[in-house]
Amino acid sequence: MVLSHGVGGSDESVHSTFASRYVRTSLPRFRMPEQSMPKEAAYQVINDELMLDGNPRLNLASFVTTWMEPECDKLIQASVNKNYVDMDEYPVTTELQNRCVNMIAHLFNAPLGESETAVGVGTVGSSEAIMLAGLAFKRQWQNKMKAAGKPCDKPNIVTGANVQVCWEKFARYFEVELKEVKLSDGYYVMDPKKAVDLVDENTICVAAILGSTLNGEFEDVKLLNDLLTEKNAQTGWNTPIHVDAASGGFIAPFLYPELEWDFRLPLVKSINVSGHKYGLVYAGIGWCIWRTKEDLPEELIFHINYLGADQPTFTLNFSKGSSQVIAQYYQLIRLGFEGYKNIMENCQENAMVLKQGLEKSGRFNIVSKDNGVPLVAFSLKDSSRHNEFEISDFLRRFGWIVPAYTMPPDAQHVTVLRVVIREDFSRTLAERLVLDIEKVLHELDALPARVPSGDIAALAAAAESESQKVKQRQVISLWKRAVLAKKTNGVC
Amino acid sequence: MVLSHASSSRDDALCCTFASRYVREPLPRYRMPERSTPKEAAYQIISDELMLDGNPRLNLASFVTTWMEPECDKLIMDSVNKNYVDMDEYPVTTELQNRCVNMIAHLFNAPIKEDETAIGVGTVGSSEAIMLAGLAFKRKWQNKRKEQGKPYDKPNIVTGANVQVCWEKFARYFEVELKEVKLSEGYYVMDPVKAVEMVDENTICVAAILGSTLTGEFEDVKLLNDLLVEKNKETGWDVPIHVDAASGGFIAPFLYPELEWDFRLPLVKSVNVSGHKYGLVYAGVGWVIWRSKEDLPDELIFHINYLGTDQPTFTLNFSKGSSQIIAQYYQLIRLGFEGYKNIMENCMENTAILREGLAATGRFDILSKDAGVPLVAFSLKDSSTFSVFDISDNLRKFGWIVPAYTMPPDAEHVAVLRVVVREDFSRSLAERLVSDIVKTLHELEARAIHAVNVSSAIAAQTDNGAATKKSVLEIEREITARWRNAVSKKKTGVC
Repeated sequence: MVLSHGVGGSDESVHSTFASRYVRTSLPRFRMPEQSMPKEAAYQVINDELMLDGNPRLNLASFVTTWMEPECDKLIQASVNKNYVDMDEYPVTTELQNRCVNMIAHLFNAPLGESETAVGVGTVGSSEAIMLAGLAFKRQWQNKMKAAGKPCDKPNIVTGANVQVCWEKFARYFEVELKEVKLSDGYYVMDPKKAVDLVDENTICVAAILGSTLNGEFEDVKLLNDLLTEKNAQTGWNTPIHVDAASGGFIAPFLYPELEWDFRLPLVKSINVSGHKYGLVYAGIGWCIWRTKEDLPEELIFHINYLGADQPTFTLNFSKGSSQVIAQYYQLIRLGFEGYKNIMENCQENAMVLKQGLEKSGRFNIVSKDNGVPLVAFSLKDSSRHNEFEISDFLRRFGWIVPAYTMPPDAQHVTVLRVVIREDFSRTLAERLVLDIEKVLHELDALPARVPSGDIAALAAAAESESQKVKQRQVISLWKRAVLAKKTNGVC
Repeated sequence: MVLSHASSSRDDALCCTFASRYVREPLPRYRMPERSTPKEAAYQIISDELMLDGNPRLNLASFVTTWMEPECDKLIMDSVNKNYVDMDEYPVTTELQNRCVNMIAHLFNAPIKEDETAIGVGTVGSSEAIMLAGLAFKRKWQNKRKEQGKPYDKPNIVTGANVQVCWEKFARYFEVELKEVKLSEGYYVMDPVKAVEMVDENTICVAAILGSTLTGEFEDVKLLNDLLVEKNKETGWDVPIHVDAASGGFIAPFLYPELEWDFRLPLVKSVNVSGHKYGLVYAGVGWVIWRSKEDLPDELIFHINYLGTDQPTFTLNFSKGSSQIIAQYYQLIRLGFEGYKNIMENCMENTAILREGLAATGRFDILSKDAGVPLVAFSLKDSSTFSVFDISDNLRKFGWIVPAYTMPPDAEHVAVLRVVVREDFSRSLAERLVSDIVKTLHELEARAIHAVNVSSAIAAQTDNGAATKKSVLEIEREITARWRNAVSKKKTGVC
């Protein structure tokens, strides 16, 4: 039932979209308009305003895929009205999800017999995947403690301080204590020895990251496994490992196949990976794989029948689109093992081009390692006059979005810029970025060390005792807020 | 860096997609193929196999939107590569989300002053929205109990047994006890009187549903509010209400504006609604709105900076697509209040057509009410020869997907068929469905007579007492189940 109720005045149809009344009156921002508007005008109004969003492909902050082949876009469009959770109504889509789970499980060397099917699920992203994995660990641990007649009210999880926020969310929302291994200057991932030291009988699992968000480094899961096996032998606690392979899960099998980080290590019970990072699918898909059925407590799985037939469900989300699952399957069969390998090798090469270009300028320390996620994290050798946040802001003028951020404790004094190399970041773009960074450095060199202005000067005066860096940051953020305010208040 | 590594033998380029080697070899199902596949072949293979999925628009089981205007489809495809969580990089998209939150909050009469912004967030669906709302209630309750020095290890939530599964998930995953008010025959929603009786000092909230999944009925939130206000006064417990308006939130304000169910009732502290149901957006967007800042504990909100600047986040999901948020905003300004009202009125009219058509056959009891979500839930007056499950299976032949299911306790003996009337279910489709149901009834009757003859023939052939006499219904069901197994096996093979 298409609503084609037009507007009152008859001459509306004569005006072009840009001259129609709807683009001249301001759009209600906080209340629904009383009247409908023509669909062309609605489209144009929204489309025009969205022009002021950043360009996703120039968003070098994000690991998440920003380009797919047109054939895949076609499949995505065709399935946008399929609700993924209707397993009975869309059996093929459900089957495609199962195939993806199995393919990824085999990629991670899950110990499956020839005719066994893998245990895993598609999620909206690694956040949901991690919460499901954490839930499974928590429930397993509670059952174990109850069986042993011990208290089960103080579960904890051991991770590095470099974890992505979803682990902190998991801990806070599901009431598990987060025991973080602090970083140190020059060592920006979780130290396996310190991690194992923190393990106690209330630890539900140790979470290692394959591809740290901050600098792309892979944590040494094998060493963690070996140390934890020893400790388990002494204590009898049987503490397992979860690998957060959100980024690394689709890189390591292709670039570093001998690296043992997955189910080849006996203590690894579950792994999550983001389909929408190096799985090369648009935002909205992740995967969680369990080693075996025993690692996923049956009591967490629900069976419902009010969509018509029995459906087992173990996800936090229920209804969602099918497009990304189908797109993931497309990528897996379209590219195959060799295709993914070629793309990851390309990304590594482009990362090297970028890294070498930055090193040649002589102004930067490279904080990321050569092995790991293809990204370059770098900080200024000398940030006394200008810092990384300023470089980040100036690069925006060229269209680049390059984030600057501080490391977590205990390395908060270190600030880095980070460029993530995705499939669609070509060599020419890498060379252009280096040029633009050099231009920015020249511009900054010519500027004085502080940027004065009305209320900012007052703020600077009031914060005399704070370090220069903090003041800079306040200046930048005030300026940024002013710019953003302009961006978000006007109707275009 | 587009990978265009084609297959090795040159003559593949001459074969058309359907005759190429890739469609003749079986696709690896459980392992990644070693080699790449040309993109046209990959597209065709997947597209062909997906033909065997049900047609979303004929899926009458689902409340979730299956059609949007082409202009909106265009906006959706343009934003498919935008990661919604990058607030700093996509400020306009973030702003659109905030506008939707405010529009919906006002629609629900949230007590917001002129210059105040609403408290709420976009989610992937009502499941996430409900978990966030439940989390907020649990944390508030725990803080309150800690202050009073009372134990806080046994929180519970009171709902009807007709709740959607996500409430059970919330209860199980977040370790809250679920106290369900049982249904009874003829009364398929939560009884406010019984609900309030079940409230105790460990109750974190009472959840009412506006638009029960099973029959589309609206629960009496006002009565619940009034009774709970009394109980709170007696006990001093201050138990709040959450309204699960997943379906009803975009219906009640347009069709029943005088119905008080939202923030007009003082005990209602949060409301969730599915943008992808009667918000008229494709699957993947929901909204949760809190009454005021005080109802969302600050400690649940995270602030991160590793995408470049400070970003507050209170959702279970992090990265996700932006398309549905933009589509929701499109619908809100494209349709406006009058547009939504017109569409909901159309849906109700088509529902009435369907309901009257079914009632006219004389074979069905209508369980859904006239007021509520536009759907028709109906059961057979006489299920002795065949059941609603048989009708559901037969309708598939015509292309319709109409689910049959049993009610929750204590009404498990009642089995219903349910047709949800969405925006794209027109009057002609409603009339066609009625005539197909009538055809189905005739077919099932004819088959039942045939089966009786068969079974009496079988019974006549067996030795004394050794035969198992199956009822006609059982035979029917066996046949159907075997047939369905055969068909579903075919569905999942490589095409």
